[in-house]
Amino acid sequence: MPELEGDAGGVGAGEATSGVAPVAGPRNAPVGEPLVEFLLRLGDDRLVLGHRLSEWTGHGPILEEDIATANVALDLIGQATLLLKLAGAAEGQGRDEDALAYFRDGVEYRNCLLVEQPNGDFGDTMVRQLLFDTYSVLLWEALAKCGHAELAAIAAKALKEGKYHLRHSSEWVVRLGDGTAESHARVQGSLDRLWRYTGELFDRDEVDDRVAAHGIGVDTAGIERRWEAMVRDVLARATLERPADGPMQRGGRRGRHSEHLGHLLATMQSVARAHPGASW
Amino acid sequence: MLTRAQALEVLGTVPDPEVPAVSVVELGIVRDVEVAADGAATVTITPTYSGCPAMFEIEKDVRAALLGAGAASVDVRTLLSPAWTTDWIGAEAREKLRQYGIAPPGRAQEGGLVTLTRRHAPVPCPFCGSGDTQLKSEFGSTACKAIHVCNNCRQPFDEFKAI
Repeated sequence: MPELEGDAGGVGAGEATSGVAPVAGPRNAPVGEPLVEFLLRLGDDRLVLGHRLSEWTGHGPILEEDIATANVALDLIGQATLLLKLAGAAEGQGRDEDALAYFRDGVEYRNCLLVEQPNGDFGDTMVRQLLFDTYSVLLWEALAKCGHAELAAIAAKALKEGKYHLRHSSEWVVRLGDGTAESHARVQGSLDRLWRYTGELFDRDEVDDRVAAHGIGVDTAGIERRWEAMVRDVLARATLERPADGPMQRGGRRGRHSEHLGHLLATMQSVARAHPGASW
Repeated sequence: MLTRAQALEVLGTVPDPEVPAVSVVELGIVRDVEVAADGAATVTITPTYSGCPAMFEIEKDVRAALLGAGAASVDVRTLLSPAWTTDWIGAEAREKLRQYGIAPPGRAQEGGLVTLTRRHAPVPCPFCGSGDTQLKSEFGSTACKAIHVCNNCRQPFDEFKAI
Protein backbone atom coordinates (compact mmCIF):
# COMPACT_ATOMS: atom_id res chain seq x y z
CA MET A 1 0.00 0.00 0.00
CA PRO A 2 1.90 3.10 -1.17
CA GLU A 3 2.22 5.84 1.39
CA LEU A 4 1.27 9.39 0.63
CA GLU A 5 4.27 11.62 1.03
CA GLY A 6 2.95 15.03 0.10
CA ASP A 7 5.09 18.09 0.69
CA ALA A 8 2.54 19.15 3.24
CA GLY A 9 3.42 16.07 5.26
CA GLY A 10 0.87 13.60 3.91
CA VAL A 11 -2.50 12.86 5.38
CA GLY A 12 -2.70 11.38 8.84
CA ALA A 13 -4.82 8.31 9.43
CA GLY A 14 -6.96 10.06 12.05
CA GLU A 15 -7.83 12.81 9.66
CA ALA A 16 -8.32 10.43 6.80
CA THR A 17 -11.16 8.69 8.57
CA SER A 18 -12.97 11.82 9.75
CA GLY A 19 -16.14 12.49 7.85
CA VAL A 20 -15.72 16.18 7.06
CA ALA A 21 -12.51 18.00 6.19
CA PRO A 22 -11.43 20.66 8.68
CA VAL A 23 -12.08 24.28 7.83
CA ALA A 24 -8.45 25.39 7.88
CA GLY A 25 -6.29 24.76 4.83
CA PRO A 26 -2.65 23.69 4.73
CA ARG A 27 -0.65 25.27 7.51
CA ASN A 28 -3.93 26.77 8.71
CA ALA A 29 -4.26 28.99 5.64
CA PRO A 30 -7.74 30.47 5.49
CA VAL A 31 -10.06 29.23 2.82
CA GLY A 32 -10.56 31.81 0.10
CA GLU A 33 -13.78 33.32 -1.14
CA PRO A 34 -16.19 30.37 -1.51
CA LEU A 35 -17.12 30.92 -5.16
CA VAL A 36 -13.45 31.22 -6.18
CA GLU A 37 -12.58 28.09 -4.18
CA PHE A 38 -15.48 26.19 -5.69
CA LEU A 39 -14.49 27.13 -9.24
CA LEU A 40 -10.83 26.33 -8.60
CA ARG A 41 -11.78 22.86 -7.36
CA LEU A 42 -13.76 22.23 -10.55
CA GLY A 43 -11.11 23.74 -12.81
CA ASP A 44 -8.10 22.14 -11.13
CA ASP A 45 -9.64 18.65 -11.25
CA ARG A 46 -9.91 18.94 -15.00
CA LEU A 47 -6.63 20.71 -15.62
CA VAL A 48 -4.64 18.13 -13.66
CA LEU A 49 -6.52 15.15 -15.11
CA GLY A 50 -6.27 16.61 -18.61
CA HIS A 51 -2.54 16.99 -18.21
CA ARG A 52 -2.24 13.45 -16.85
CA LEU A 53 -4.13 12.06 -19.84
CA SER A 54 -2.01 14.08 -22.25
CA GLU A 55 0.97 12.07 -20.99
CA TRP A 56 -0.46 9.13 -22.95
CA THR A 57 -0.04 11.00 -26.23
CA GLY A 58 2.40 8.98 -28.30
CA HIS A 59 2.33 6.13 -25.75
CA GLY A 60 -1.18 4.71 -26.14
CA PRO A 61 -1.47 0.92 -26.28
CA ILE A 62 -3.16 1.19 -29.68
CA LEU A 63 -3.52 4.10 -32.08
CA GLU A 64 -7.23 4.56 -31.37
CA GLU A 65 -6.56 4.89 -27.65
CA ASP A 66 -3.70 7.28 -28.22
CA ILE A 67 -6.21 9.47 -30.05
CA ALA A 68 -8.99 8.86 -27.53
CA THR A 69 -6.94 9.83 -24.46
CA ALA A 70 -5.70 12.95 -26.28
CA ASN A 71 -9.30 13.84 -27.19
CA VAL A 72 -10.52 13.45 -23.61
CA ALA A 73 -7.51 15.45 -22.39
CA LEU A 74 -8.40 18.23 -24.83
CA ASP A 75 -12.00 18.36 -23.60
CA LEU A 76 -10.87 18.47 -19.97
CA ILE A 77 -8.29 21.19 -20.56
CA GLY A 78 -10.90 23.16 -22.52
CA GLN A 79 -13.31 22.86 -19.59
CA ALA A 80 -10.53 23.87 -17.20
CA THR A 81 -9.81 26.95 -19.31
CA LEU A 82 -13.44 28.08 -19.04
CA LEU A 83 -13.61 27.34 -15.32
CA LEU A 84 -10.31 29.00 -14.39
CA LYS A 85 -11.23 32.04 -16.45
CA LEU A 86 -14.41 32.27 -14.43
CA ALA A 87 -12.47 31.73 -11.17
CA GLY A 88 -10.06 34.51 -12.10
CA ALA A 89 -12.93 36.86 -12.86
CA ALA A 90 -14.66 35.98 -9.56
CA GLU A 91 -11.41 36.57 -7.69
CA GLY A 92 -11.01 40.02 -9.25
CA GLN A 93 -7.23 40.19 -8.84
CA GLY A 94 -6.51 40.32 -12.55
CA ARG A 95 -5.43 36.67 -12.82
CA ASP A 96 -6.55 34.96 -16.01
CA GLU A 97 -6.73 31.22 -16.68
CA ASP A 98 -3.06 31.05 -17.68
CA ALA A 99 -1.89 32.86 -14.55
CA LEU A 100 -3.92 30.42 -12.44
CA ALA A 101 -2.67 27.35 -14.31
CA TYR A 102 1.01 28.23 -14.59
CA PHE A 103 1.81 30.43 -11.63
CA ARG A 104 0.22 28.70 -8.67
CA ASP A 105 2.22 26.21 -6.61
CA GLY A 106 0.98 22.80 -5.49
CA VAL A 107 -0.41 23.99 -2.15
CA GLU A 108 -2.62 26.43 -4.06
CA TYR A 109 -4.09 23.70 -6.25
CA ARG A 110 -7.52 22.47 -5.20
CA ASN A 111 -7.88 19.28 -7.24
CA CYS A 112 -8.83 15.99 -5.63
CA LEU A 113 -6.06 13.45 -5.05
CA LEU A 114 -7.59 10.95 -7.50
CA VAL A 115 -6.81 12.99 -10.61
CA GLU A 116 -3.15 13.54 -9.80
CA GLN A 117 -2.40 9.84 -9.40
CA PRO A 118 0.07 8.60 -12.00
CA ASN A 119 -1.21 6.96 -15.17
CA GLY A 120 0.27 3.57 -14.30
CA ASP A 121 -0.72 1.03 -16.93
CA PHE A 122 -3.69 1.51 -19.25
CA GLY A 123 -5.97 -0.32 -16.81
CA ASP A 124 -4.97 2.03 -13.97
CA THR A 125 -5.79 4.99 -16.20
CA MET A 126 -9.18 3.61 -17.27
CA VAL A 127 -10.20 2.78 -13.68
CA ARG A 128 -9.19 6.28 -12.56
CA GLN A 129 -11.23 7.67 -15.46
CA LEU A 130 -14.28 5.58 -14.62
CA LEU A 131 -14.26 6.74 -10.99
CA PHE A 132 -13.81 10.37 -11.99
CA ASP A 133 -15.99 10.42 -15.14
CA THR A 134 -18.97 9.03 -13.21
CA TYR A 135 -18.57 11.69 -10.53
CA SER A 136 -18.07 14.35 -13.16
CA VAL A 137 -21.20 13.70 -15.23
CA LEU A 138 -23.34 13.62 -12.09
CA LEU A 139 -21.85 16.91 -10.95
CA TRP A 140 -22.32 18.54 -14.36
CA GLU A 141 -25.89 17.32 -14.54
CA ALA A 142 -26.59 19.05 -11.23
CA LEU A 143 -24.63 22.21 -12.03
CA ALA A 144 -26.29 22.58 -15.45
CA LYS A 145 -29.44 23.45 -13.48
CA CYS A 146 -27.76 25.77 -10.97
CA GLY A 147 -28.57 29.45 -10.55
CA HIS A 148 -25.15 30.73 -11.63
CA ALA A 149 -25.70 31.34 -15.35
CA GLU A 150 -22.09 31.17 -16.52
CA LEU A 151 -21.32 28.03 -14.56
CA ALA A 152 -24.56 26.41 -15.72
CA ALA A 153 -23.56 27.11 -19.35
CA ILE A 154 -20.16 25.48 -18.88
CA ALA A 155 -21.80 22.53 -17.11
CA ALA A 156 -24.35 21.92 -19.87
CA LYS A 157 -21.57 21.84 -22.43
CA ALA A 158 -19.21 19.73 -20.34
CA LEU A 159 -21.99 17.23 -19.59
CA LYS A 160 -22.28 16.37 -23.29
CA GLU A 161 -18.53 15.77 -23.45
CA GLY A 162 -18.48 13.91 -20.16
CA LYS A 163 -21.02 11.34 -21.35
CA TYR A 164 -18.61 10.31 -24.10
CA HIS A 165 -15.75 10.10 -21.61
CA LEU A 166 -17.79 7.96 -19.23
CA ARG A 167 -18.91 5.55 -21.94
CA HIS A 168 -15.29 5.19 -23.04
CA SER A 169 -13.91 4.43 -19.58
CA SER A 170 -16.86 2.19 -18.65
CA GLU A 171 -16.44 0.07 -21.75
CA TRP A 172 -12.73 -0.33 -21.16
CA VAL A 173 -13.18 -1.34 -17.54
CA VAL A 174 -15.71 -3.98 -18.62
CA ARG A 175 -13.43 -5.20 -21.40
CA LEU A 176 -10.41 -5.46 -19.12
CA GLY A 177 -12.25 -6.76 -16.06
CA ASP A 178 -14.15 -9.37 -18.05
CA GLY A 179 -11.15 -10.07 -20.27
CA THR A 180 -8.26 -12.42 -19.56
CA ALA A 181 -7.18 -13.62 -16.12
CA GLU A 182 -4.23 -11.26 -16.41
CA SER A 183 -6.27 -8.17 -17.35
CA HIS A 184 -8.87 -9.03 -14.69
CA ALA A 185 -6.28 -9.30 -11.94
CA ARG A 186 -4.57 -6.11 -13.00
CA VAL A 187 -7.66 -3.88 -13.13
CA GLN A 188 -8.92 -5.35 -9.86
CA GLY A 189 -5.57 -4.22 -8.44
CA SER A 190 -6.04 -0.78 -10.01
CA LEU A 191 -9.46 -0.50 -8.42
CA ASP A 192 -8.17 -1.61 -5.01
CA ARG A 193 -5.35 0.94 -5.12
CA LEU A 194 -7.46 3.87 -6.36
CA TRP A 195 -10.55 3.32 -4.20
CA ARG A 196 -9.00 5.18 -1.26
CA TYR A 197 -9.13 8.42 -3.27
CA THR A 198 -12.88 8.25 -3.92
CA GLY A 199 -14.09 9.35 -0.47
CA GLU A 200 -12.77 12.85 -1.02
CA LEU A 201 -15.00 13.35 -4.05
CA PHE A 202 -18.09 13.51 -1.86
CA ASP A 203 -16.76 15.54 1.06
CA ARG A 204 -18.74 18.64 1.87
CA ASP A 205 -17.31 21.64 3.60
CA GLU A 206 -18.24 25.26 4.15
CA VAL A 207 -17.30 26.11 0.57
CA ASP A 208 -20.09 23.86 -0.74
CA ASP A 209 -22.52 25.35 1.73
CA ARG A 210 -21.59 28.97 1.12
CA VAL A 211 -21.77 28.92 -2.68
CA ALA A 212 -25.52 28.61 -2.19
CA ALA A 213 -25.40 32.41 -2.03
CA HIS A 214 -24.53 32.29 -5.75
CA GLY A 215 -27.37 29.93 -6.57
CA ILE A 216 -25.09 26.90 -6.56
CA GLY A 217 -26.38 23.97 -4.58
CA VAL A 218 -25.13 20.46 -5.05
CA ASP A 219 -26.74 17.50 -3.31
CA THR A 220 -23.43 15.82 -2.53
CA ALA A 221 -25.03 12.88 -0.72
CA GLY A 222 -27.42 12.29 -3.62
CA ILE A 223 -24.54 12.36 -6.09
CA GLU A 224 -22.63 9.89 -3.95
CA ARG A 225 -25.58 7.48 -3.93
CA ARG A 226 -25.97 7.64 -7.70
CA TRP A 227 -22.21 7.35 -8.21
CA GLU A 228 -22.19 4.22 -6.08
CA ALA A 229 -25.01 2.66 -8.13
CA MET A 230 -23.47 3.54 -11.49
CA VAL A 231 -19.99 2.36 -10.55
CA ARG A 232 -21.41 -0.85 -9.06
CA ASP A 233 -23.26 -1.52 -12.30
CA VAL A 234 -20.09 -1.21 -14.39
CA LEU A 235 -18.05 -3.27 -11.91
CA ALA A 236 -20.67 -6.02 -11.91
CA ARG A 237 -20.54 -6.25 -15.70
CA ALA A 238 -16.76 -6.19 -15.50
CA THR A 239 -16.84 -9.07 -12.98
CA LEU A 240 -14.84 -6.87 -10.64
CA GLU A 241 -15.31 -6.65 -6.93
CA ARG A 242 -16.10 -3.33 -5.34
CA PRO A 243 -13.37 -2.77 -2.75
CA ALA A 244 -14.36 -2.47 0.89
CA ASP A 245 -14.41 1.09 2.21
CA GLY A 246 -11.18 1.42 4.15
CA PRO A 247 -9.52 4.64 5.28
CA MET A 248 -9.88 7.31 2.60
CA GLN A 249 -7.12 9.72 1.61
CA ARG A 250 -8.16 13.34 1.49
CA GLY A 251 -6.66 16.80 1.49
CA GLY A 252 -6.53 17.94 -2.13
CA ARG A 253 -9.40 20.42 -1.73
CA ARG A 254 -7.27 22.20 0.90
CA GLY A 255 -4.04 22.05 -1.04
CA ARG A 256 -2.60 18.97 0.69
CA HIS A 257 -1.48 16.81 -2.19
CA SER A 258 0.42 13.62 -2.84
CA GLU A 259 3.99 13.99 -4.06
CA HIS A 260 2.82 13.27 -7.60
CA LEU A 261 1.25 16.70 -8.14
CA GLY A 262 4.57 18.51 -7.71
CA HIS A 263 6.16 16.49 -10.50
CA LEU A 264 3.18 17.05 -12.77
CA LEU A 265 3.19 20.81 -12.17
CA ALA A 266 6.95 21.01 -12.70
CA THR A 267 6.46 19.60 -16.18
CA MET A 268 3.31 21.53 -16.97
CA GLN A 269 4.55 24.91 -15.72
CA SER A 270 8.22 24.84 -16.71
CA VAL A 271 7.98 26.64 -20.05
CA ALA A 272 5.59 29.34 -18.83
CA ARG A 273 7.83 30.01 -15.81
CA ALA A 274 11.07 29.98 -17.80
CA HIS A 275 9.66 32.52 -20.25
CA PRO A 276 7.00 34.54 -18.41
CA GLY A 277 4.74 36.45 -20.75
CA ALA A 278 5.98 34.64 -23.85
CA SER A 279 3.43 33.98 -26.56
CA TRP A 280 3.58 31.55 -29.44
CA MET B 1 -22.01 50.09 -46.19
CA LEU B 2 -22.12 46.49 -45.02
CA THR B 3 -25.57 45.19 -44.13
CA ARG B 4 -26.41 42.35 -41.76
CA ALA B 5 -27.56 40.19 -44.67
CA GLN B 6 -24.30 40.78 -46.52
CA ALA B 7 -22.31 40.01 -43.39
CA LEU B 8 -24.15 36.71 -43.00
CA GLU B 9 -23.55 35.88 -46.63
CA VAL B 10 -19.81 36.58 -46.24
CA LEU B 11 -19.65 34.42 -43.12
CA GLY B 12 -21.35 31.67 -45.09
CA THR B 13 -18.21 31.49 -47.23
CA VAL B 14 -15.85 31.04 -44.26
CA PRO B 15 -14.99 27.33 -44.17
CA ASP B 16 -14.53 25.43 -40.94
CA PRO B 17 -10.74 25.02 -40.61
CA GLU B 18 -11.00 21.32 -39.77
CA VAL B 19 -13.97 20.41 -41.98
CA PRO B 20 -13.60 22.81 -44.92
CA ALA B 21 -16.49 21.20 -46.82
CA VAL B 22 -18.92 23.24 -44.72
CA SER B 23 -18.97 26.82 -43.48
CA VAL B 24 -18.92 28.04 -39.90
CA VAL B 25 -22.50 29.24 -40.45
CA GLU B 26 -23.67 25.83 -41.70
CA LEU B 27 -22.13 24.15 -38.65
CA GLY B 28 -24.01 26.49 -36.35
CA ILE B 29 -20.82 27.93 -34.89
CA VAL B 30 -21.80 31.46 -35.92
CA ARG B 31 -24.89 32.20 -33.84
CA ASP B 32 -25.52 35.79 -34.82
CA VAL B 33 -24.08 38.85 -36.47
CA GLU B 34 -25.04 42.48 -36.07
CA VAL B 35 -23.81 45.48 -37.97
CA ALA B 36 -24.12 48.89 -36.32
CA ALA B 37 -24.82 52.11 -38.20
CA ASP B 38 -21.11 52.96 -38.17
CA GLY B 39 -20.24 49.62 -39.81
CA ALA B 40 -18.97 47.96 -36.63
CA ALA B 41 -19.78 44.23 -36.76
CA THR B 42 -20.42 42.05 -33.72
CA VAL B 43 -20.30 38.31 -34.32
CA THR B 44 -21.41 35.75 -31.75
CA ILE B 45 -19.82 32.33 -32.03
CA THR B 46 -20.15 29.19 -29.93
CA PRO B 47 -17.51 26.48 -29.54
CA THR B 48 -18.31 22.99 -30.74
CA TYR B 49 -16.31 21.43 -27.88
CA SER B 50 -14.88 23.16 -24.79
CA GLY B 51 -11.34 22.52 -25.95
CA CYS B 52 -11.81 22.85 -29.70
CA PRO B 53 -8.45 24.22 -30.91
CA ALA B 54 -10.05 25.51 -34.12
CA MET B 55 -11.90 28.27 -32.28
CA PHE B 56 -8.90 30.62 -32.48
CA GLU B 57 -8.63 30.04 -36.23
CA ILE B 58 -12.35 30.52 -36.69
CA GLU B 59 -12.26 33.82 -34.83
CA LYS B 60 -9.37 35.00 -37.00
CA ASP B 61 -11.06 33.89 -40.24
CA VAL B 62 -14.39 35.49 -39.29
CA ARG B 63 -12.64 38.75 -38.46
CA ALA B 64 -10.65 38.79 -41.71
CA ALA B 65 -13.71 37.96 -43.84
CA LEU B 66 -15.83 40.77 -42.40
CA LEU B 67 -13.05 43.36 -42.51
CA GLY B 68 -12.46 42.34 -46.12
CA ALA B 69 -16.17 42.87 -46.84
CA GLY B 70 -16.08 46.41 -45.50
CA ALA B 71 -16.87 46.15 -41.78
CA ALA B 72 -15.40 49.12 -39.90
CA SER B 73 -14.42 46.85 -37.00
CA VAL B 74 -15.21 43.33 -35.85
CA ASP B 75 -15.97 42.22 -32.32
CA VAL B 76 -16.13 38.45 -31.91
CA ARG B 77 -17.95 37.23 -28.81
CA THR B 78 -18.11 33.69 -27.50
CA LEU B 79 -21.38 32.39 -26.15
CA LEU B 80 -21.63 29.03 -24.35
CA SER B 81 -25.36 28.78 -23.84
CA PRO B 82 -27.28 27.19 -25.43
CA ALA B 83 -24.57 24.56 -25.84
CA TRP B 84 -23.73 23.74 -29.43
CA THR B 85 -25.51 20.73 -30.86
CA THR B 86 -25.09 18.88 -34.14
CA ASP B 87 -28.87 19.17 -34.53
CA TRP B 88 -28.18 22.71 -35.80
CA ILE B 89 -26.48 21.32 -38.91
CA GLY B 90 -29.00 21.55 -41.75
CA ALA B 91 -29.86 18.96 -44.42
CA GLU B 92 -27.77 20.61 -47.12
CA ALA B 93 -24.67 20.75 -44.93
CA ARG B 94 -25.19 17.13 -43.94
CA GLU B 95 -25.11 16.14 -47.57
CA LYS B 96 -21.92 18.17 -48.08
CA LEU B 97 -20.33 16.31 -45.17
CA ARG B 98 -21.32 12.97 -46.66
CA GLN B 99 -19.88 13.88 -50.05
CA TYR B 100 -16.69 14.97 -48.30
CA GLY B 101 -16.42 11.46 -46.78
CA ILE B 102 -17.71 12.21 -43.30
CA ALA B 103 -20.87 10.47 -42.14
CA PRO B 104 -23.28 13.17 -40.93
CA PRO B 105 -24.39 13.10 -37.28
CA GLY B 106 -27.52 11.31 -36.13
CA ARG B 107 -29.92 13.03 -33.80
CA ALA B 108 -28.32 14.24 -30.58
CA GLN B 109 -29.64 12.28 -27.63
CA GLU B 110 -30.37 14.13 -24.46
CA GLY B 111 -31.72 11.98 -21.72
CA GLY B 112 -30.13 9.85 -19.09
CA LEU B 113 -26.62 8.97 -18.14
CA VAL B 114 -26.48 5.64 -19.89
CA THR B 115 -22.99 4.25 -19.70
CA LEU B 116 -22.92 0.94 -21.46
CA THR B 117 -25.63 1.02 -24.08
CA ARG B 118 -24.64 1.56 -27.68
CA ARG B 119 -26.22 4.77 -28.76
CA HIS B 120 -27.43 4.05 -32.26
CA ALA B 121 -27.59 1.65 -35.17
CA PRO B 122 -24.55 1.29 -37.46
CA VAL B 123 -23.70 4.49 -39.31
CA PRO B 124 -24.14 4.20 -43.13
CA CYS B 125 -20.83 4.34 -45.00
CA PRO B 126 -20.44 7.74 -46.71
CA PHE B 127 -18.54 6.07 -49.57
CA CYS B 128 -20.61 3.03 -50.61
CA GLY B 129 -23.78 3.59 -48.59
CA SER B 130 -23.59 0.19 -46.91
CA GLY B 131 -25.11 -0.18 -43.46
CA ASP B 132 -22.63 -2.91 -42.61
CA THR B 133 -20.22 -0.70 -40.68
CA GLN B 134 -18.50 -0.88 -37.34
CA LEU B 135 -17.58 1.76 -34.79
CA LYS B 136 -13.85 1.60 -34.07
CA SER B 137 -13.54 4.48 -31.64
CA GLU B 138 -15.73 7.31 -30.43
CA PHE B 139 -12.71 9.59 -30.56
CA GLY B 140 -11.33 10.51 -33.96
CA SER B 141 -9.07 12.91 -35.80
CA THR B 142 -10.77 15.92 -34.21
CA ALA B 143 -12.87 16.35 -31.07
CA CYS B 144 -16.07 16.28 -33.12
CA LYS B 145 -15.53 12.98 -34.96
CA ALA B 146 -15.65 9.23 -34.34
CA ILE B 147 -13.88 6.53 -36.36
CA HIS B 148 -15.79 3.79 -38.16
CA VAL B 149 -14.89 1.19 -40.74
CA CYS B 150 -17.07 -0.14 -43.54
CA ASN B 151 -17.18 -3.93 -43.75
CA ASN B 152 -18.43 -3.74 -47.33
CA CYS B 153 -15.92 -1.42 -49.06
CA ARG B 154 -13.31 -1.78 -46.28
CA GLN B 155 -12.98 1.98 -46.10
CA PRO B 156 -12.36 3.58 -42.71
CA PHE B 157 -14.35 6.80 -42.30
CA ASP B 158 -15.11 9.59 -39.89
CA GLU B 159 -18.52 10.24 -38.41
CA PHE B 160 -19.53 13.65 -37.14
CA LYS B 161 -20.51 12.73 -33.56
CA ALA B 162 -24.03 13.57 -32.50
CA ILE B 163 -23.77 15.81 -29.47
